[in-house]
Amino acid sequence: MELHMEYYLVISTIMLFAGIYGFITRRNLLAVLISIELILNSVDINFAVFNRYLFPEQMEGFFFTLFAIGVSACETAVAIAIIINIYRNIRNIQVKNLSEMKH
Amino acid sequence: MVYANFLLMKEEVSLVAVIVILLVYDIFGSQKSLKYFQPIACVLVGIHTLLNLSPNIEITAFGGMYHNVPMGSVMKTILNIGTLLVFMQANNWLASERTIIRRGEFYMITLATLLGMYFMISAGNFLMFFIGLETASIPMATLAAFDKYKQKSAEAGAKYILTAVFASGLSLYGISLIYGTTGTLYFEDIPAGITGSPIQLMAFVFFFVGLGFKLSLVPFHQWTPDVYEGAPTSVTAYLSVISKGSAAFVLMAILYKVFAPLVYEWQSILYWVIIATITLANLFALRQQNLKRFFAYSSISQAGYIMLGVISGTAMGMTGLVYYVLVYMLSNLAAFGVIAIVEHRSGKITIDDYNGLYCTNPRLSFVMMITLFSLAGIPPFAGFFSKFFIFAAAAQQGYYVLVFIALVNTIVSLYYYLRVVKAMFINKSEIPIESFRSDGYTRISLLACSAGILGVGVLSIVYESIGTFSFGM
Repeated sequence: MELHMEYYLVISTIMLFAGIYGFITRRNLLAVLISIELILNSVDINFAVFNRYLFPEQMEGFFFTLFAIGVSACETAVAIAIIINIYRNIRNIQVKNLSEMKH
Repeated sequence: MVYANFLLMKEEVSLVAVIVILLVYDIFGSQKSLKYFQPIACVLVGIHTLLNLSPNIEITAFGGMYHNVPMGSVMKTILNIGTLLVFMQANNWLASERTIIRRGEFYMITLATLLGMYFMISAGNFLMFFIGLETASIPMATLAAFDKYKQKSAEAGAKYILTAVFASGLSLYGISLIYGTTGTLYFEDIPAGITGSPIQLMAFVFFFVGLGFKLSLVPFHQWTPDVYEGAPTSVTAYLSVISKGSAAFVLMAILYKVFAPLVYEWQSILYWVIIATITLANLFALRQQNLKRFFAYSSISQAGYIMLGVISGTAMGMTGLVYYVLVYMLSNLAAFGVIAIVEHRSGKITIDDYNGLYCTNPRLSFVMMITLFSLAGIPPFAGFFSKFFIFAAAAQQGYYVLVFIALVNTIVSLYYYLRVVKAMFINKSEIPIESFRSDGYTRISLLACSAGILGVGVLSIVYESIGTFSFGM
């Protein structure tokens, strides 16, 4: 017996909106970063599932997933480097302390 | 795989060559010879610009992944010129004590983002577009955080990378839904599969949000002022002009090409986004004191004007958009050149600090004045013509109300642009910025920008020659 495609899509949609919610509400830069990773991973699931169930004769979706994983790894590396730099400057990584610039 | 395909992508190949030469030079050059890093980088980018001056014919390589149109080549040339001008202005800041050791990295990372924009412009597939987008935005965050010891700079970097990746994540979600409903990622095949079903509309909205962040259109503009203020001034100049210009071009290309069947939907979305962008950004710009923040809001509203070229959806709109980007680039780079040199010499950055600048630095004030006049759209300068063409393109399609709102906003923007001019020429100051001589490179770049602002509008050949390349996509 095979799972229906909808189950995967429900999970990926929940992940997407959990990510958006986390991005807006989290107060720690690392938690914000994790929320973004949730969004990117939900996209990966979507691509893999669409490819496997709807268009199994081509590999476009799988390749897109591979590239998206690679790029999100780069992005995490750069983001963490910048977060470390912030830590060196102000000794914590809370979002509320990143308020030197205000209108 | 056919390796001869690489030869077709001559713009990308020559840019990669420039990056590799600079990398080797930065690693193996002796401390003494590294003094000449800036001139060499400028000369190499100049050669690269000249080599690719003649627009390519339409090229398709790698089975449709890479698809370049003549207008894309024109856009790349404009971006090259902008990058060259930024390089000429950057040295004052880079030669300071704390950044001199990382001087080479600035040039290489900047060129890497430029390479990403090239791929974005000539993508023929969403995978290519996505990789280009990320190549353009991830290194940009490291540039924004380049001043390692300044908290503001690190803050700007963090804000930029988090919002940029959030936006591209949303964009990707949209792309995944498009893939799910059409079964392809090639720009050429997608329109046939687009039926306007609700899920495709949702996909389009997600996708549009992603590029809207990059362009800083209004509901997605929150990061712009903070990043522009915190990043080093040369990086801000690059970010406000090159990054925005390429994103505008790509948005237009994709809306025309891929989402052509949804034209009524995206025009109605864009309609309200343009009104919100121009109006809100203008209102916020009125109350800024910091010049970099001021120009951030100004650039948001300019992005709204640029979108007027997209909404018209005609060849005239496309020509108008590219021409507008060219003029906006010259004006903004001149303004940031002046801000950068004043900030470097005196550390002053607010509008009140510019009181009485005319008495001490008449030439800089003059450059700043024609820049601001051009941004506001006052006739003899190029900004007037670019606004005229883009308004005409939108009005031709019957968007009279939209053009009227944009016109009213032009008047509002005149008020805040003139505020800076008034500070420089009329206000008196007890402690004006003392008089100084800027270095040769900055002077040449400011001169080039001023000549462009004065010349590009009057010489109709510029607009006409851009016009001959429109619509090959």
